[in-house]
Amino acid sequence: MSAALAPRRRDALWLAVPGVLFLVAFLVGPALGLLSLSFTDGDTGAFSLAAYRRAFGVGVYTRIIGSTFMIALQTMGFCLLLGYPLAYWLAGLPARRRRMATLLVLLPFWTSALVKNFAWLVLLGRTGIVAGTLQALGVEAPPDLLFNRGVVLFAMTHSLLPLAVISMLSVMTGIDERLRPAAGTLGASRVVAFWRVYMPLSMPGVASAGLLVFIAALGYFITPALLGSPRETMMGNAIIIQVQQMDNMVFAAALSAVLIAAALLTCVVYDAIFGLSGMSGGGGAVRRSPHGLVRRLGLGLSRVLAAVFGGLAEGAARLLGGHRLGWLLPAYACAMVVVLVVPVLSMVPMAFTSSNFMSFPPPGFSLRWFEEYATSPVWVSATLRSFGIGIATAFVTVTLATLAALGLARSGSRLSGAAFLMFMTPMVVPSIVVAVSLFQLFAKIGLVATDLGIMIGHTVHAMPIAFVILLATLKGHDLRLDQAAATLGANRPRTFLRVTMPLIRGGLVGALIFAFLASFEELTVAMFIGGGLRSTLPKQMWDDVNLQVSPVLVAASVVVVVIVTVLFLLGEYLRPGRR
Amino acid sequence: MNADTGSTVTASVNQGRPAKLSARGIAKRYGMVDALLPIDLDVAPGEFLTVLGPSGSGKTTLLQLIAGLIEPSAGALFIDGRDETHTPAHKRGVGVVFQSYALFPHMTVRENVCFPLQMRHIPRAELQRRVAATLEMVGLGALQDRFPGELSGGQQQRVALARCFVYQPALILMDEPLGALDRKLRETMQIEIKRLHRDTGATIIFVTHDQDEALALSDRICLMNHGRIEQLGEPQDIYERPKTLFAADFIGISNVMRGRVGPGGMLETADGALPLPAGAPCPAAGQTAALVIRPEHIELLPPDGTALRGRISESVYAGSEFRLLVTLDSGTTLVARRSPGHAELRIGDEVALGWAADRARLLPA
Repeated sequence: MSAALAPRRRDALWLAVPGVLFLVAFLVGPALGLLSLSFTDGDTGAFSLAAYRRAFGVGVYTRIIGSTFMIALQTMGFCLLLGYPLAYWLAGLPARRRRMATLLVLLPFWTSALVKNFAWLVLLGRTGIVAGTLQALGVEAPPDLLFNRGVVLFAMTHSLLPLAVISMLSVMTGIDERLRPAAGTLGASRVVAFWRVYMPLSMPGVASAGLLVFIAALGYFITPALLGSPRETMMGNAIIIQVQQMDNMVFAAALSAVLIAAALLTCVVYDAIFGLSGMSGGGGAVRRSPHGLVRRLGLGLSRVLAAVFGGLAEGAARLLGGHRLGWLLPAYACAMVVVLVVPVLSMVPMAFTSSNFMSFPPPGFSLRWFEEYATSPVWVSATLRSFGIGIATAFVTVTLATLAALGLARSGSRLSGAAFLMFMTPMVVPSIVVAVSLFQLFAKIGLVATDLGIMIGHTVHAMPIAFVILLATLKGHDLRLDQAAATLGANRPRTFLRVTMPLIRGGLVGALIFAFLASFEELTVAMFIGGGLRSTLPKQMWDDVNLQVSPVLVAASVVVVVIVTVLFLLGEYLRPGRR
Repeated sequence: MNADTGSTVTASVNQGRPAKLSARGIAKRYGMVDALLPIDLDVAPGEFLTVLGPSGSGKTTLLQLIAGLIEPSAGALFIDGRDETHTPAHKRGVGVVFQSYALFPHMTVRENVCFPLQMRHIPRAELQRRVAATLEMVGLGALQDRFPGELSGGQQQRVALARCFVYQPALILMDEPLGALDRKLRETMQIEIKRLHRDTGATIIFVTHDQDEALALSDRICLMNHGRIEQLGEPQDIYERPKTLFAADFIGISNVMRGRVGPGGMLETADGALPLPAGAPCPAAGQTAALVIRPEHIELLPPDGTALRGRISESVYAGSEFRLLVTLDSGTTLVARRSPGHAELRIGDEVALGWAADRARLLPA
């Protein structure tokens, strides 16, 4: 009888249920809905493969699909190649200086892609500083820097490089720094030790960086639209045209389905090689077979590279004699950081121009564009809406994510791995797919052109970052402290208020800030769900940049950059593990 | 004082054989901090030298200098008579077993052990043979395809040893290699390391902060403190004839009675005049000094009128013996040992203390 009455102790994982339900309702469900829509006939609703026949049969779309994958692959390649030495340099800095330097990489990461691409539009334009410099140097007809494949790749790499760097950095800082000296005492030169020890150990970071950059690049539409020619049209742009101009949801769904399939395939390949748990950064070690083909290939490759570069380095050392090349890496890293940060900061002087056009350097100082921004009802209402939606998003996201993180941190259930992946899923679904599938769902239930609709979409978008911060916070929280409080006589609420809460407060506030930031500069969802009626600040900027590039847009960008910088620094300051 | 400590020992150890390792005035400074003051050290071929000291005493710095992991600020280092002061680590051929083992987590046990041989371009057949033999030697033949993360602490330690011994370096450095193991396993591994030392004839420099480990393993102990060599000598020598109060205190338990040398070869202390050991050079009257007596040399006697007296204040049972704390009238507490066979003494019992005068050591205080 007592057994029947005793309450069965539930696993803590049930705390993740609200968040999982939310993501099922607003991410997985709509995506499946979109998928099924793509197999229908737009008029009759009957099963049809017409959309796919069109996507893969009509020349223009096959070309778009082809160039989308090509651009995404090239962007990924550039991000990894350029980002690896930067991440490597950061990982090698003493902890304090590394945090400072990492801030400089993270700042452009949190500055919206829209602002960064817009900056390039201005800087590389006919009246921009680059063209101006070339003219001053005597180049008669400066080359056209905009609207070609090269500038699209450059700007996309620039936008996504910080994502690649921080993904690799998180793995590199986890590599035991005593391993390379150990390899040295065993007879490996610095070059050989790098290729045989450091490089293989950093590969999980390279892989997750590649995964995240590739998937983000697949769904990109800002850069091709702003800086590309029609030849650089990507699937994201095509989807937008189908939804907003052609009103052809079925075809948009089919294109989205291709993106989903590509993202899924990428994840499957990644999982097969590295295991998805590696994404959490220090997740459970993957049980690998020592005889796995991929591992043997990787080790073999690392041996070959070690032999080649070891030999080259010895030859170079003999050629160069006493010349040291140690300054090369810091010089490279500093140059990269400058290129990352400068476009963001270049907006500031341009916003204070007295001229009617944007030019760099500005001819005179004036606050007129800020005045125009502050007195324009359109800009003011967009700004206020962004704040409102951002704050609401932050609280909803953090509530769901805190519960889930609490559950996962304390759960022994085998389902917790699946729950973890669920909360990370928004990161590996191109945001344009999230937006289109929500648009399709919200059109049925009347949430299109509502602030609530945008907020729901932003909550999906902000979930992974809030969840990761909170999970790290709660996993770092020593449960024995709560137990100690209990043995000292504190009941559960008092334990939570007096012990748990003060210890996790930094993580909570950090998660709130980063969830807010994720919403504050989100464009894709805002564009689809907000429609023309409910403009957020990024949406207003997007509309403006497509109509006319005016200094008031630069002033708005500066407002965004300032808000983002302040909040970002505050969020970084409060992050767990920062101390 | 250190310089002459070093040189006297050098002379006694060399005995005509060239030193495996010679450090001459080697020192390391980090900014304003002296991690290691200039020291001289000679290690004979095949010797097992323990570098013992508290944390921050400079012992790990010394080890890193010998391994070539850091550059010295001053001085020179000779291995087999060759100047290796500025040779990079990977060309030095010195074996190092790291504190945390530093096993490569992406390589299996076997691949870890192969690594140093591959660096030396050992032919395949020879490599296979030596790896198999070394893994057998440390008893890891069955685990060679495991990753380090799948092994216990003791097994990881064995891999680290195998990875070092497989290329037969003539000089091996070990940085607190047993620090992470529990007591039982530590004792097993101590025996293992002694056996490897005997079988291979390698010269081993072993860093530890554990005095029992140092006493158990070493041919000689190099005791370090504040970046200097405090004393260098055979374990028994350091234990029985410490040269400084630090040495007496760091190795084993010591009872220290401080006082001032009085007339007539006595030390005036708060607990009365105590006899000085005969034969030792006697400092001039009026100088401060300390008498050091090991617990096993203190005898507990029934109280009588004349001797040093105290009360038992604590009794600690340690299996093979009782450790008794005796508080003297002045408040000083001394430790004495007593085997369980003796008549039982209870807390509060009054006892007289005595020791053979030549068992005590007089040290400058």
